[in-house]
Amino acid sequence: MTENQVTRWLLKPAVFIAALVPAAILIYLAWAAYNGNQSAWPALTGNFSANPLEDITHGTGDWTLRFLCIALAVTPLRRLTGWNGAIRFRRMLGLFAFFYGTLHFLTWAILDRYISLDFPDGALSWSAVRTFAASVGEDIYKRKFITAGFAAFVAMWPLAITSTTGMIRRLGGRRWQRLHRLIYFSAVAAVIHYTWLVKSDIRRPMTYGLIVAILLGFRLYWARRSIDA
Amino acid sequence: MLIRHPADIRSSEITDQKTYLNRREFVRAATGTVALAAAGAIGAEALLHAQPPAPHGAKLPNVKPGDFSTTEKANTWEQITTYNNYYEFGTDKDSPAHYARRLKPAPWSVAVEGEVAKPAVWHFEDILKGQTLEDRIYRHRCVEAWSMVIPWVGFPLADFIRKVQPTAKAKFVEFTTLADPDQMPGIRYPSLRWPYVEGLRMDEAMHPLTILVVGLYGEVVPNQNGAPLRVVIPWKYGFKHAKSIVKIRFVERQPMNSWQRSQPNEYGFYANVNPTVDHPRWSQAKEIRLPGLFRNHTTRMFNGYGDQVAKLYNGMDLRKNY
Repeated sequence: MTENQVTRWLLKPAVFIAALVPAAILIYLAWAAYNGNQSAWPALTGNFSANPLEDITHGTGDWTLRFLCIALAVTPLRRLTGWNGAIRFRRMLGLFAFFYGTLHFLTWAILDRYISLDFPDGALSWSAVRTFAASVGEDIYKRKFITAGFAAFVAMWPLAITSTTGMIRRLGGRRWQRLHRLIYFSAVAAVIHYTWLVKSDIRRPMTYGLIVAILLGFRLYWARRSIDA
Repeated sequence: MLIRHPADIRSSEITDQKTYLNRREFVRAATGTVALAAAGAIGAEALLHAQPPAPHGAKLPNVKPGDFSTTEKANTWEQITTYNNYYEFGTDKDSPAHYARRLKPAPWSVAVEGEVAKPAVWHFEDILKGQTLEDRIYRHRCVEAWSMVIPWVGFPLADFIRKVQPTAKAKFVEFTTLADPDQMPGIRYPSLRWPYVEGLRMDEAMHPLTILVVGLYGEVVPNQNGAPLRVVIPWKYGFKHAKSIVKIRFVERQPMNSWQRSQPNEYGFYANVNPTVDHPRWSQAKEIRLPGLFRNHTTRMFNGYGDQVAKLYNGMDLRKNY
């Protein structure tokens, strides 16, 4: 097999499956919690705490940030190691950040908002949709950590939509790349979201902040050097 | 030549039987550490939860059923002892269960100071002397919008306050939690200003619902739940419930409690459970009764203890005094 084929048929599927493992574990544990059980394989999957909603919310949020960092690390990795093949994983890793971000968003919108609302006309009525939208909107407007998190999520949408090869062709490489710099905004907004969420111990959000700062720092450094040259 | 006699082994150096019998716990903890290292290596933080639960304490003798217990279904020992906010042991919910074994709850003493007839240092045993222990199954509502039902064992704080005879100047009681970095690894990080301080108005402290807790499920209260002595005020958010108390001070002016000092716009002095006053970052109207997947309970005013305590706050603006 050529290097291309190894990447396409072995490495990418392997990374794809590995990236799904945290989601599979979270869904399995949520299912077990829903049935009032714990994990049948605690050594493998761990277990939820007494507060499964918090575990799901934090789990999906953590993995969103991790995949944002991993996707942002691809270019520095490529430039520092000279391994140009790395670029072929970037879109998939970015899409996983979007995937976990969507799970995180849905956890909040459905389990935190939707379920706790009262719908006198039934849960699927037009008034239910309005009540739900008002509740989500109010939270986004009133609570600044949710504003930041929602902004990070919204900024990922155009990137996910234009992630296909066809869209790259239509937009043209240069414009596509410029658009996809929106991920810098998402990463920074996600770190701010996390920092504003925690009550007093900001060590973990600051660790993510440092990683994002370093990954963006590389780009700033390279951009300035290419201007000087 | 000096030949050491076996009697040189001080009794304090002999492993006591309880610790000796706990060696399984140690082995399990060590296994847990290996699992932790592996978890770190593959980035699977979920493995953190695979740690064993805390060991049970000794049975408390002569516990009487109390008058104020709820008939709601109590949470399990496992839930109550592995999901805790006790920042002196770390800020994760499972940190206290992991690290609280380092705390030595005996011997223990409590300094009683300030506006009292007899300021003194009380040994834990003397605080309990002549005291009837009661089961009190209380609802517990955290300011973070989760709740549990907990079968505490304790006695009215009022009984102890009467013993120490506060003066007429005593308008508030201030509780201080132990802050020893050797026993409490979380102290090394300033997540709050240590030591942890909480307080109550005198009439709140004297209320029959307010108890000093020494037990859980009829057993000695585990370290992560505030051993050996903590206060429980069931109509207030959990952060008011000072744990592992080393000082009780009677004062004329309202104490500055730790969370209010840390974030005054989010946490006040009173912290009465109140579904109509939101925390700035989340609604307090509903709560998750653990274990739950969503906010499955409507929060009640004063956590459902309004009949007994609402009169304490007649004429007070609870929106302002949050």
